Amino acid sequence: MSKSFDAVIAGAGIVGTACALELAKAGLCVAVVEPHVVGGGATAAGMGHVVVMDDSEAQFALTHYSQQLWQQLAEELPAFGESEQRGTIWVAADEEEMLEVRRKQAYYNARGVTAEILDAHALAEAEPNLRPGLPGGLFVPGDSVVYPPCVAAHLMRRAQDHGAVLMPGRSVTAIADNGVRLSDGTNVPMGLFVNAAGSWSPELDPGIGVKKRKGHLLITDRYPGFVHHQLVELGYLKSAHSMTSESVAFNAQPRSTGQVLIGSSRQFGAEGAEVEAHMLRRMLLRACEYMPGLARLRTVRTWTGFRAATPDKLPLIGPSPGRENRYLATGHEGLGITTSLGTAKLLADQILKRTPSIPFAPYLPSRSMEHDAHA
Amino acid sequence: MTEAHVSCDVLVVGGGPAGLTAAQVACESGAKTILLDDNPAFGGQIWRGAKHFRFDNKVLDLISDQTAAQLGTTDEPARLRKMPGWRVVAAPRPGVATAESLSETNSIHFQKLILATGARERFLPFPGWTLPNVMGAGGLQAMVKSGLPIAGKRVVIAGTGPLLLAVAEYLKQCRADVRLIAEQASGSSLFRFGLSLTSHPAKLFQAAMLKARLLTVPYLTDCWVTRAEGKDTLERVCLRQESKSWQLECDYLATGFHLIPNTELAELMGCAIENGCVKVDEDQQTSVPNVYCAGEPTGIGGVEKSVVEGRIAGLAAAGLAQEARKYHAVWRHCARFAGRLNETFRLREELKALSTDETFVCRCEDVTLAQLRECSTWRAAKLHRRCGMGPCQGRICGPAVEFLFGWKPESVRPPVFPARVESLTQADVEEKSS
Ligand SMILES: Cc1cc2nc3c(=O)[nH]c(=O)nc-3n(C[C@H](O)[C@H](O)[C@H](O)COP(=O)(O)OP(=O)(O)OC[C@H]3O[C@@H](n4cnc5c(N)ncnc54)[C@H](O)[C@@H]3O)c2cc1C
Ligand SMILES: Cc1cc2nc3c(=O)[nH]c(=O)nc-3n(C[C@H](O)[C@H](O)[C@H](O)COP(=O)(O)OP(=O)(O)OC[C@H]3O[C@@H](n4cnc5c(N)ncnc54)[C@H](O)[C@@H]3O)c2cc1C
Repeated sequence: MSKSFDAVIAGAGIVGTACALELAKAGLCVAVVEPHVVGGGATAAGMGHVVVMDDSEAQFALTHYSQQLWQQLAEELPAFGESEQRGTIWVAADEEEMLEVRRKQAYYNARGVTAEILDAHALAEAEPNLRPGLPGGLFVPGDSVVYPPCVAAHLMRRAQDHGAVLMPGRSVTAIADNGVRLSDGTNVPMGLFVNAAGSWSPELDPGIGVKKRKGHLLITDRYPGFVHHQLVELGYLKSAHSMTSESVAFNAQPRSTGQVLIGSSRQFGAEGAEVEAHMLRRMLLRACEYMPGLARLRTVRTWTGFRAATPDKLPLIGPSPGRENRYLATGHEGLGITTSLGTAKLLADQILKRTPSIPFAPYLPSRSMEHDAHA
Repeated sequence: MTEAHVSCDVLVVGGGPAGLTAAQVACESGAKTILLDDNPAFGGQIWRGAKHFRFDNKVLDLISDQTAAQLGTTDEPARLRKMPGWRVVAAPRPGVATAESLSETNSIHFQKLILATGARERFLPFPGWTLPNVMGAGGLQAMVKSGLPIAGKRVVIAGTGPLLLAVAEYLKQCRADVRLIAEQASGSSLFRFGLSLTSHPAKLFQAAMLKARLLTVPYLTDCWVTRAEGKDTLERVCLRQESKSWQLECDYLATGFHLIPNTELAELMGCAIENGCVKVDEDQQTSVPNVYCAGEPTGIGGVEKSVVEGRIAGLAAAGLAQEARKYHAVWRHCARFAGRLNETFRLREELKALSTDETFVCRCEDVTLAQLRECSTWRAAKLHRRCGMGPCQGRICGPAVEFLFGWKPESVRPPVFPARVESLTQADVEEKSS
């Protein structure tokens, strides 16, 4: 029998480590169980774009809140976190998308987020490697770029400074009322359990409606100055909405190393982690449509990762329905780097009965998610 | 963006002794063959630029001197298409390889594939190994072949394996002042190895050793470099032999710690790997049907093994596996030699203790030994320290890290070499005639 913990967290991804820090800072005695490397799951695969999004009011509230938390964290992040406030440019491909640019700007400005419309000329000046003739875009200067695995490692170390314990090399295999069982046979007595196992979370809480959504990414050799801002096509909204089909969208990110990270693809039902030539090809053709010069850059590596998707594209933060003393912090889809920090606050607020900074109801796992499954 | 496409019966990747032999045999047996190599000239590590370096044994008559000359220069049979300067970077689906040259990309459709991708040198870190003029033994040899003036320069050659002797001999011929060959293997194991060299394939080694001696280069066993020193560039090396240590002034230090099979392309194609080598059956076929492998990737064993394996693979890929059987006895011979070779030049434990906390292990990303010590797996080292994330993708630091920490690099993904984005967008177009 080992020592007892107030809380045991399964998963040391960015979400699990952020939760560990938040709970440990509040004085709880926390253990984090991780079978592999800290930040080695989706957290190592993601793009690390910290971005305010407006798919829904709830998504906006959580991303906006989280972004403010990221700005505070940026001050203490070591250089290895590679945090840089690059800003996002949402690139419009046609006049219809320029309407969306205007709508989005009005939406952001009304909620206190700076957003600036770029016309064709300003866009070409900001990103000379975009194809000529694009009508414009929306520049959101507050968004940033981080290197997620090192941020997760940093959050874990900070949590350890506050007394949290990392239990590496083991996974949680079973959960009872007063303790969890680990894959090496140990029982860890605990008060409450947090499932932060990302796309693996349904293995621990069956029936929570989280599905794997595969993504491909590619990184080039160093080409400083090729891309200046995080670039995302506005058509991304159309493809990100599609819950059934395979889709690709142009997404290019400048890394502090001078490398360019190119994304992205979305697939349901693909279980294997292998790089699929046809998806990679579609994704890159899309990227080259927007930035023809990418074709001549050298790729050093390609990889895939799994997002934990929910039907309404909002995460699950709060009590696991019908399971006492058990909480969920999962289902972050393609925004979990951004929303990890807000998630940790909202989870701790619920556990510690603190007043939250934003309402947590939209993210409660007990909400009805059916009505949104159409999108 | 190019959208070219060619096809063949047999595609041979790599134009060293194994690939040259395989390609020749396959096309002589009637197969429409493509031979490609990522260097501008064929010949592989040993026969490239052969006008300076000739090695003169007849390799059991399996390959004549002309073969290399023929294949490397003019007069190719119509069935053989040579593509020097092309590198296979990806394999988007079975039967298709993506190759790139400096400016173009091509899809190559094939029935059978022979991987003859050779080996590369293993590097181990030690203090000062990143100083200018400290280089790989093969690397220095290649630079001299392409014009680096070496006459009169003081060179120390250190590390392990027969390659050191070959390089010493070559540099001597180029009138370098080779001051010492420091071989880390023990004198007694080398002596046993020498005694076992009664068989033919080993003659190369014997000859080289003899020549090195005749050329009066001091050859010390149980001896290794502990550090390289110099202000802006190399000035001297510190050496150790048993309890003795001393310094030697020099202009170049050429190091190499035996060879590492290039298995990445085979891994990308899904071929099974065993003990770091591509697993093959007696026809040189890998675990993936229609994919063959010959030469160093199946186990480091020198030119003779490469040539005989190239011959077997070429015949088998052309549908003449029966005929290839008659070479099995020779192959077994070479394989036994290879086994003894790798046993003899095994790395000693002391080499693990050379690096200090500040020594860079990963040169692409400046990762030090101390930083690696904080990690527990290759993946952690990679994710948290960027080890192996640079342009070499772990080709150089991977084997060193494996020796120092026992961590194995993870799976291979496309591209196997840094490749242009456009090469990964090649259309899988319908057969055009090539
Ligand atoms: C291609 C791609 C691009 C993305 N781009 C972005 C982006 O630009 N911006 C953004 O905000 N988000 C992005 N994301 C999303 C983001 O990466 C994820 O939402 C986020 O990393 C989720 O973190 P996590 O901690 O929930 O999951 P993970 O990082 O997957 O962590 C879960 C951990 O749980 C562990 N685990 C599994 N089973 C068990 C068990 N039984 N017991 C204990 N531990 C267990 C796993 O080993 C893993 O380490 C992207 C995702 C992908 C795939
Ligand atoms: C650096 C070095 C120097 C050496 N020098 C000597 C020497 O001086 N004397 C001696 O006796 N032995 C030497 N050897 C050993 C000798 O090279 C081998 O015993 C022999 O050449 C092996 O033949 P091979 O055909 O298996 O491989 P190699 O000769 O290595 O040929 C493989 C070829 O494939 C090419 N290739 C690999 N991957 C791809 C790809 N994806 N696409 C296209 N082309 C590809 C490589 O560039 C190379 O040209 C040396 C080895 C090395 C690594």
